Amino acid sequence: MLEIKNLHVKLEEEDKQILKGVNLTVEAGKVHAIMGPNGSGKSTLSYVLSGRDGYEVTEGSAHLDGEDLLEMEAEERAAAGLFLAFQYPVEIPGVGNMTFLRTAVNAQRKARGQEEMSATEFLKVVREKAKTLKIDADMLKRPVNVGFSGGEKKRNEILQMAMLEPKMCILDETDSGLDVDAMKLVSEGVNALRDAGRGFLVITHYQRLLDHIKPDVVHIMANGRIVKTGGPELALEVENNGYADILGEAV
Amino acid sequence: MVPAAVFQNDEEPPFEGLNRLKLVFVDGVFDAGASDDLAETGLEIERLETAMAQDIHWAKDLYGALETNGQTPVARPLAALNSAYASDGIVLRVTAPVARPISLIYRHENPTSDAILHHVIKVETGASVTVLENGPAAARLNKVMEVDVADGAAFHHVRAQGRDHQRRAATHIFARLGTESRFKSFTMTVNGVLTRNECVIELLGDDAQAHVAGAALGDGEFHHDDTVFITHDAVNCESRQVFKKVLRNGATGVFQGKILVKPGAQKTDGYQISQSLLLDDDSNFLAKPELEIYADDVACSHGSTSGAIDEEALFYLRSRGVPMADAQDLLVLAFLAEAVDEIEDEELRAHVSTRLSGWLERHRS
Repeated sequence: MLEIKNLHVKLEEEDKQILKGVNLTVEAGKVHAIMGPNGSGKSTLSYVLSGRDGYEVTEGSAHLDGEDLLEMEAEERAAAGLFLAFQYPVEIPGVGNMTFLRTAVNAQRKARGQEEMSATEFLKVVREKAKTLKIDADMLKRPVNVGFSGGEKKRNEILQMAMLEPKMCILDETDSGLDVDAMKLVSEGVNALRDAGRGFLVITHYQRLLDHIKPDVVHIMANGRIVKTGGPELALEVENNGYADILGEAV
Repeated sequence: MVPAAVFQNDEEPPFEGLNRLKLVFVDGVFDAGASDDLAETGLEIERLETAMAQDIHWAKDLYGALETNGQTPVARPLAALNSAYASDGIVLRVTAPVARPISLIYRHENPTSDAILHHVIKVETGASVTVLENGPAAARLNKVMEVDVADGAAFHHVRAQGRDHQRRAATHIFARLGTESRFKSFTMTVNGVLTRNECVIELLGDDAQAHVAGAALGDGEFHHDDTVFITHDAVNCESRQVFKKVLRNGATGVFQGKILVKPGAQKTDGYQISQSLLLDDDSNFLAKPELEIYADDVACSHGSTSGAIDEEALFYLRSRGVPMADAQDLLVLAFLAEAVDEIEDEELRAHVSTRLSGWLERHRS
């Protein structure tokens, strides 16, 4: 599904190489986790894949179901089925959450040549999905993420994911800023979307999120590269011994 | 003479489909044939000319009075010119709440027309009325509206101006507010090479409220000026100024807003915000917010900002599949929302929002 080969990325504004040859393949139906210390390039990877400005790919490729992601605009990547749950969801004053969701859903449908969702149908679906994430009517009415707590913002990300039904979901430190209850709620939302046709890439510092979202494969990223790949036990190893051991071993 | 081409497109004029009383002016001249019958409205409403010829004392007393009063401390020469030479307008007295908005429609048919319009409106104690204005009016328009809002009365004003891009307009509102009265005015401006909207309000009775707001969209040759002067001369009054301008391709926006709190005008609550969204490096926003306060128990706040579109928000929207142009429009509308939300009536607010999004769609770069 997602195929990243030898990806090298530098910052556009300064001569700083951040990703130094990332190789990663996420198969449909699988959950891959990327762990790693601060500054290892995890978030950069998620931004580059989703099409954020400010990065320059100097080498390598990234494909989603054979389509060249790096050739596409951010909105085209989304329509192609890529979704990034932001580490810091953006507040947009003046744009109602519901309007935002409906605009996004219909823009993607339009891009894929599908019929737009009617207002009533949309309302029905969004209410249903919001309920399972404990998102109340008020949160749907308020401007996007404005005045939301950390947990509410992350739940709102998962709601967007549920509404957009992407093929490939990237979760960038979705556990940051969450208390235990919120983490459980968010994880349940993610798990409900696990499906044979959908791939996940879960970026996190800590093993605790992976207690709730059980990964099939765990990668350790350091210094712009994936230095170790293993099963769920690798996450436990990090939790118990920290990164130093693994990194020492890898170098 | 600077001609202004009459703008043709198939866009429906604003406020269409709304239950309203229509009064039509063509190049600054009242068109009875195109208007609703004044006699059947049940309202005291006359053409300016007719009213001045009759012994309508209140109108004679009011005409030019608020304008003259508004000449100090800042001279407003175009308004003085207007009072001296006005050719047409309406005289309206409201004595009870009026449900149907009174809609002044200004058509522009002659590319070289000049128009001087002067309206006089008196809202009596406990009465209320909504006045709508739309249309380019003339190649050059000079307009004055004098509004006397008596104790406990309410005046609502929603205006859509612009349309014919070459047209030039200088408009003035002079208002006097009595005890517990309410005044709300919102102006949307899209297009128009030159627009200056002045609003001079005096809060003379305690517990009165005055809100003035504007949303302007300017592209290219566009100079838009909002000049507001609000005087608090009574206790416990509230005033709000909310002005937002979106500018690009060298457009210029101006805001000069003043709150004057006179001695004794205690418990004044004054708020003023003027903001511009500059969509490129060529556009300008010039702001002169002013507070002048002579009472010691007041709350006045003001803010003025100029900024570009929020790149973070833009990326967030795009990452959800919203195309660049749509995402930008959405953020522009969000920026204008605080001003548009000043319109109380939901239906009117929807009319204005539709106009704004329609303009954005037609003006995509």
